[in-house]
Amino acid sequence: MSGARISVAITAMGGQGGGVLSDWILQVAEGAGWTVQTTSVPGVAQRTGATIYSVELCPPRDGGPRPVLGLMPVPGDVDICLAAELMEAGRAIQRGLVTPDRTLLIASTHRDFAIEEKVALGDGRKDATAVLDAAGQAAQRLIAFDMEALAREHGSVISAVLLGVLAGSGGLPFPRDAYEAAIRAAGKGVDASLAAFAAGLARAGGDVPPAARRPRPDEIELPHGLREQVAVGYVEPLRSTVTLGVARLLDYQDEEYAALYLRRLEPFVDLDDAGQPLAVEIARHLALWMAFEDTFRVADLKSRPGRMARIRVEVGAGDHDLLRVTEFMHPRLDELVDSLPEPWGHRVRDWPWLRALAGSFVGRGRRIATHTVTGYLQLWLLAHGRRWRRETPRYAREQAAMEAWLDRLLEAARIDPGLATEMARCQALVRGYGDTHDRGEGAFTRILQRAVDLVGAPDAAATVAGLREAALADEQGTRLGEVLVTLDRKPKPAAA
Amino acid sequence: MAERSFAKEVQDLRIGAGETFRGEGILAVTKALLQSGVAYVGGYQGAPISHLMDVLGDAQQQGILDEWGVHFESSASEAAAAAMLAASVNYPLRGAVTWKSPVGTNVASDALANLSSGGVKGGALVIVGEDYGEGSSIMQERTHAFAMKSQLWLLDPRPNLESIVAAVEHGFALSEASRTPVMLELRIRACHVYGEFTAKANRTPSPTLAEALAQPIQDTTRITLPPVAFQHEQEKVASRWPDAVSYIREHHLNEVFQGAGGDVGLVLQGGLYNSVIRALQLLGLADAEGATPLPLYVMNVTYPLVDDELVAFCADKRAVLMVEEGQPDFLEQALHSILRKAGVATRVEGKGLLPAAGEYTPFALEEGVAGFLVAHGGPDLQPGPAGSKRLDPVAAEAGARLQGVVPERPAGFCTGCPERPLFGAIKLLQQELGEFHVSCDIGCHLFSILPPFHVGNTTMGYGLGAAGSAAFNVPSGRRKVLSVMGDGGFWHNGLTSGIGNAVFNKSDNVIVIIDNGYSSATGGQDLLSSAAHNPARSTGNPIENAVRGVGVSWVRTVPWTYDVGQVRDVLRDALASEEHGPKVVIAQSECMLNKQRREKPRIRARVREGKRAVRQRFGVDADVCTGDRACMRLSGCPSLTLADNPDPLREQPVTQVVDSCVGCGYCGEVAHAAVLCPSFYRADVVHNPSLFERAVDRLRQRAIDWLATRAVTVERPT
Repeated sequence: MSGARISVAITAMGGQGGGVLSDWILQVAEGAGWTVQTTSVPGVAQRTGATIYSVELCPPRDGGPRPVLGLMPVPGDVDICLAAELMEAGRAIQRGLVTPDRTLLIASTHRDFAIEEKVALGDGRKDATAVLDAAGQAAQRLIAFDMEALAREHGSVISAVLLGVLAGSGGLPFPRDAYEAAIRAAGKGVDASLAAFAAGLARAGGDVPPAARRPRPDEIELPHGLREQVAVGYVEPLRSTVTLGVARLLDYQDEEYAALYLRRLEPFVDLDDAGQPLAVEIARHLALWMAFEDTFRVADLKSRPGRMARIRVEVGAGDHDLLRVTEFMHPRLDELVDSLPEPWGHRVRDWPWLRALAGSFVGRGRRIATHTVTGYLQLWLLAHGRRWRRETPRYAREQAAMEAWLDRLLEAARIDPGLATEMARCQALVRGYGDTHDRGEGAFTRILQRAVDLVGAPDAAATVAGLREAALADEQGTRLGEVLVTLDRKPKPAAA
Repeated sequence: MAERSFAKEVQDLRIGAGETFRGEGILAVTKALLQSGVAYVGGYQGAPISHLMDVLGDAQQQGILDEWGVHFESSASEAAAAAMLAASVNYPLRGAVTWKSPVGTNVASDALANLSSGGVKGGALVIVGEDYGEGSSIMQERTHAFAMKSQLWLLDPRPNLESIVAAVEHGFALSEASRTPVMLELRIRACHVYGEFTAKANRTPSPTLAEALAQPIQDTTRITLPPVAFQHEQEKVASRWPDAVSYIREHHLNEVFQGAGGDVGLVLQGGLYNSVIRALQLLGLADAEGATPLPLYVMNVTYPLVDDELVAFCADKRAVLMVEEGQPDFLEQALHSILRKAGVATRVEGKGLLPAAGEYTPFALEEGVAGFLVAHGGPDLQPGPAGSKRLDPVAAEAGARLQGVVPERPAGFCTGCPERPLFGAIKLLQQELGEFHVSCDIGCHLFSILPPFHVGNTTMGYGLGAAGSAAFNVPSGRRKVLSVMGDGGFWHNGLTSGIGNAVFNKSDNVIVIIDNGYSSATGGQDLLSSAAHNPARSTGNPIENAVRGVGVSWVRTVPWTYDVGQVRDVLRDALASEEHGPKVVIAQSECMLNKQRREKPRIRARVREGKRAVRQRFGVDADVCTGDRACMRLSGCPSLTLADNPDPLREQPVTQVVDSCVGCGYCGEVAHAAVLCPSFYRADVVHNPSLFERAVDRLRQRAIDWLATRAVTVERPT
């Protein structure tokens, strides 16, 4: 019954240029003598929220009454759906706007994360593969790739790429130059839009987004001695993780520290039977813990030679542009104490006059201009503080806590490797800086204390995994507290 | 200067008789006003008619309204706009006002009721943008009730430009014929529907406002004060109502499509026509032009109803379906009453088959109409097999599998919004002092109740943030109540209902006024306190003067809200202050959406011309970021997002700042104020630097490179 009418739905977020895109399509089709109707939902609901634009096109006719066109896309009645983001494609599928009998789905696979995904304490990111699978299933034809990246590459916006893909897809019966004429007629950012349009058109065949590049363990060159130790002492998959761990600690401190890492791992290597992930998890989390983020580490990372070049690329600074970089540091007295070699660390903490003096230098936000010599020098000097890292109170505290953790892990591993694995994973709760770090540490300590009591209990591993999940439910540790209280009400298992 | 410019489009308002006008619904309305010889226009912005105000503003700035002698005002509120129609009470002047409904109609109803009581001489048209259904930002109510209670007429034309333009023209004539103001209801999508119509010539008003003023007319029988108020009520039922019905009947404002003339039919609101036709098309019962065998009675006027037309349409039918969006079912009840009184036994179906509440999408209509035809239609009027209700099972299954995968995406603060730091500061303060009650207002700032801030307890309407906390004007120990109000709401009524009220009642509570220079939520229109120069308006009137003027002595202005620490400290002071009387904090920073609209092209142009320009944005060192995302829980900025962790030892995603960052400064300030992580940096990209800058940079670079290589050779194991 729809006859030659073509229904187009554009699902996007406010600010993505969905209105511009529907205007372009309108111009193209009207120029070819078609009857076109576009509508959108205006208003504050569009401020970064999900929104939908509707375009309906009817081929040229000889007089007679105008066709009656719809004001919103109807499930099962959409010929072309343009989704400006992956989850918006998912939303279109959920709304029934993509059906296998007729819908061409043109979707950008990039992610613009929703607030619920961002604020999660754990990894709140939604399953992109599920959306792509559903898209493949629901669409008659699917063209999906990262159109946002392509737009950025051409200094333009995603709507221009979407228009290019639409033109290249053959979904609408209009020639390329009609689209280009519409872009020119709109008169804003014409050159960039045309470039992005052409790029989108060229890639209307679709392709697979390249996976993010991470360093591979087999590309890492370890120094003589350590290299042999790792090669002989570990088999895959443990070897890869240990290689990464050793490399991390070499980068963090020195060979001796890396050797300490290997020594600490030793008791766990033989426990790794029947493909248990225990040793791998310990190797991973021990490396992360041993490379704890102290002031020296932060300064070190921020004063690395390649950093400025990386930032240049990230912020899109051209070769002839100057780059100025400002750091936002907030050193606290505790951190100062933790960064001084003993006995000075304790003295600052314990001697009131020294404490007052030191306090006048810290406790407020500091901006460091890294592009200046004085700014850089501050970071550089601080980075060199790692020479006395081993003499600082923080180092002593962290090592003691690590040793205690490893002791508990070993104890648990002998009886219940699954439990020990979960206990190892709890280390991931300790991250961030300042209060965030302290809160994570608190949750970690609480769970570990409880875990020790669970050794020998039948569902100990699952319980600890549950506790870890509870710790990620809210920032204040409310949920964790509740779960711990419920656990305490249960009869304690007999110690094995 | 509003968010969207119609400077180009408004040129089409000049086109003459016989030419084809193409554009959006709101432009067509403006053209129709000029064709009708309107003398004055006013209104208050708000979706979906914000753009109508913007079109009128741009037409004024381009001198087009002056060409036709039309006076246009951005009214202070809907009440002010409605009161403006008083010019049509004594003089044969045509006037039109516009606002968002029903919220704007709520505000305007005092003036509207007075206007409706005394009646009008010149045509008075109220164009209401009905904010109902998808995309709505307000409570779901109907404007229809206002028409009924005040007896003013309600037009609901078919959503195509020809019908909308005709509704404007007839609206004025109907108003004059029945001495009653007329409301023209436009649904959200109709305001922005693109289409075309054949234009007529614009008309200069006769008389003009000046001519009317030259010969003042006084008629106290038009002023609502007993005893004439009782006469007004009699006039309404005895003469104005019948006169309106006669006009509607004579000019065929309601349309009958006889179709095949069968014994069932649909009665529908004009605004739903396209969706009903789409539903019929999907059911195989209408062609592309809308021709259908099913008889239709289309109410382009939904109040008053024309009883004899309805009786005539229904009398020869076994059953009709009343298609009426929203609730209560005023029209369905009326139809029952009309048919019963006329002794017509036709079965009336309606909300029993259609949803009782919610938007009537073609999808919902299809089901209701199909149900009606299955129950009452003859064999030749049965729904076809092509309906979308039989959604492809594969597609349905694919959609169902995405349950819980596709996240909600509510509206939120824009990138770099200056309100983000304010609510970040309030959140930090709540962490420090414990929770306290926050009374919210209407505007972008109401997004504070959403994640990640979760700040706010109630909202009672535009400008009513402070009034909403009035009851808590009691001694409560350490904690006081904090109210939020935008500059839009402040000038709309908050100055009196909130600030004046708090002063008069000796409230000690804290009121934050967000002074971002625009009525931002409605599309960046100017206000009394806007910093921008607007030749047609008086701007630059400080909020602080007004606040002090009504008797507030404790006023603090924070000139740069991005300084989270300062905002927090000022709010803490306000909450702790022992001084009596309201504490008012004015949080100033320009709306980023509007600022960027101005600044981005300016910077681009400077770069292109080879002039020095600095672009700021933030970044995150992925190797310093540990993926705890404490920053996001205090921000929610669209440009602050997630990325895969480049560290193979870590699983949690890291924070990433994407290119849309405008360098507002919040990330750095909040990292300081909340003692977050040191992974943020600000990058200033200096385009076209001076030779001196280049030289200094080269020297710096040389020294830094030397130091950097030192770090590597000394520390790195060989």
